[in-house]
Amino acid sequence: MMRRTDVLVIGAGPAGIAAATAAAKNGCSTIVLDDNVAAGGQIWRGGIDSARTKEDPAKTKAIAALRSSGAEILAGRQVVDQPAPGVLRAVITMADGTRAESFAWDRLILATGARERFLPFPGWTLPGVFGAGGLQALVKGGFYVEGKRVVVAGSGPLLLAVAAHLQEYGAKVVAIAEQAPLRQLLPFAASLLGSSLGKLLQGARYRASLARTPYRMGCWPVAVEGEESVRGVRLTNGRRVWSEPCDLLACGFHLVPNTELAELLGCKLRGDFVEVNVRQQTSVANVFCAGEPTGIAGLEAALIQGEIAGLSAAGAAREASELYGRRSREQAFARRLEAAFRLRPELRSLAVPDTIVCRCEDVPFSQLQEHISWTDAKLQTRCGMGPCQGRICGSAVQTLFNWRATSVRPPLFPVPLEVFDSEEISISPETIVH
Amino acid sequence: MPERSTITIHVNGHTVVVPAGSVVSAALLAVGEPCRMSVSGEPRTAFCGMGICFECRAVIDGVAHQRTCQMLCHEGMSVETQR
Ligand SMILES: Cc1cc2nc3c(=O)[nH]c(=O)nc-3n(C[C@H](O)[C@H](O)[C@H](O)COP(=O)(O)OP(=O)(O)OC[C@H]3O[C@@H](n4cnc5c(N)ncnc54)[C@H](O)[C@@H]3O)c2cc1C
Ligand code: FES
Repeated sequence: MMRRTDVLVIGAGPAGIAAATAAAKNGCSTIVLDDNVAAGGQIWRGGIDSARTKEDPAKTKAIAALRSSGAEILAGRQVVDQPAPGVLRAVITMADGTRAESFAWDRLILATGARERFLPFPGWTLPGVFGAGGLQALVKGGFYVEGKRVVVAGSGPLLLAVAAHLQEYGAKVVAIAEQAPLRQLLPFAASLLGSSLGKLLQGARYRASLARTPYRMGCWPVAVEGEESVRGVRLTNGRRVWSEPCDLLACGFHLVPNTELAELLGCKLRGDFVEVNVRQQTSVANVFCAGEPTGIAGLEAALIQGEIAGLSAAGAAREASELYGRRSREQAFARRLEAAFRLRPELRSLAVPDTIVCRCEDVPFSQLQEHISWTDAKLQTRCGMGPCQGRICGSAVQTLFNWRATSVRPPLFPVPLEVFDSEEISISPETIVH
Repeated sequence: MPERSTITIHVNGHTVVVPAGSVVSAALLAVGEPCRMSVSGEPRTAFCGMGICFECRAVIDGVAHQRTCQMLCHEGMSVETQR
């Protein structure tokens, strides 16, 4: 099946929602695709609420604006490749099997968000160890944590959000271990006092629900204790190592951008991020990008960049330019964020020889040490060749060995072959004329 | 008709009742069954919770390699650890 639209948005997180709303309001036919079961992205992930949680009013407002804009939201669609120029293909898994759908676009907005960075250390593959945002998502999905003792570790403001959230669901967060030292975090914390009230209130809310939870800065996990499941985690502050008994470990080291789709389309990167101009336009004509793939900057930035991208895609240049000032302030916040949560070098030496680095193929650290590049290691060890296609071990080996990911190949996610065989991509000339 | 607030599924042959709206990997965690066995035989459960790590793959209604963190439970669903 092939559909066509003026504006196609990939990702229904805050950036994609804002982009689609702006484009549709300005007269463009607009479709939003997202691989989750519902719109909202990471911060606004829906799910089973506890008695103590309330839906974020900002989410309710943004989703209502999207609905009334006339944009069409198609959830459960994972975009996997570009079968022809100007066409993207998505895969949907339904109760009766998997099938493909293609979308011909005139302008494309990539709002694919970010994922957590995971670093290998002894025990990180044990059941009971999760990503930090990962555990949060699973709890929203019905994993019952009432009464469970949890250590939240790693880096980034996400740790606080996750810890507060787990407490709301009845878990007992016994410690939050932030690898960044106090002196690195101070300028960031100080800047929050001078910045938007929203961020400050959010911080205050977290502090209230975490009043009795120690927030240990300059402290990181070195190993998980337990044979079949987690019994505790060994933490260190660089001077001494101690054991923190717990049932679950939620651990993630800040975020890395999802740039695979942008790379597949040929968009230029600057460092780890997709390069965009003031209009949020990438190096590829008619392809825009907003939110975390362009820099890890949080909710407010995602919303503003998304709106600018949507307005630009709709040709509303003047309205877009009115938002540039607000965007620069958010980008300044992003730079402080990056400096504050910079990873410490000790994290590169947490893995021991038999620590698994590639979880898909069970490749241990010792096998990787012998290689000089990721390409070399991939060919010899299968590291990064499993179904996650290096999304987990790729950012780990970048931190551990400074190896950079090589080219991105379609499909972006594994797809059963018969799904593509059954789909006819017939593109009449008029559907691809821009 | 009132909305059903629980769902019954079958995990490795055990009958499990979960709240409506539960994702499949949460149900596996609740009963302590691994999603899959790794290539070297380690039990693995959901990890990233957002569809990117593929640790939560399991056999759903007979179909292998389904990411259970991105899938809601439905009445009568059969879930088996991927071996
Ligand atoms: C696991 C996790 C949890 C987080 N929790 C919080 C929190 O509690 N509080 C907070 O302040 N910040 C949180 N963040 C930070 C958050 O990412 C940002 O604040 C904000 O949500 C970014 O918005 P975005 O629109 O750029 O991206 P996202 O919200 O990440 O949205 C991107 C969307 O695109 C979809 N997508 C990506 N690739 C494809 C594809 N190929 N096909 C189809 N769909 C695709 C994704 O599934 C996702 O729904 C979290 C981040 C992560 C990774
Ligand atoms: S838990 Fe990572 S893909 Fe499902």
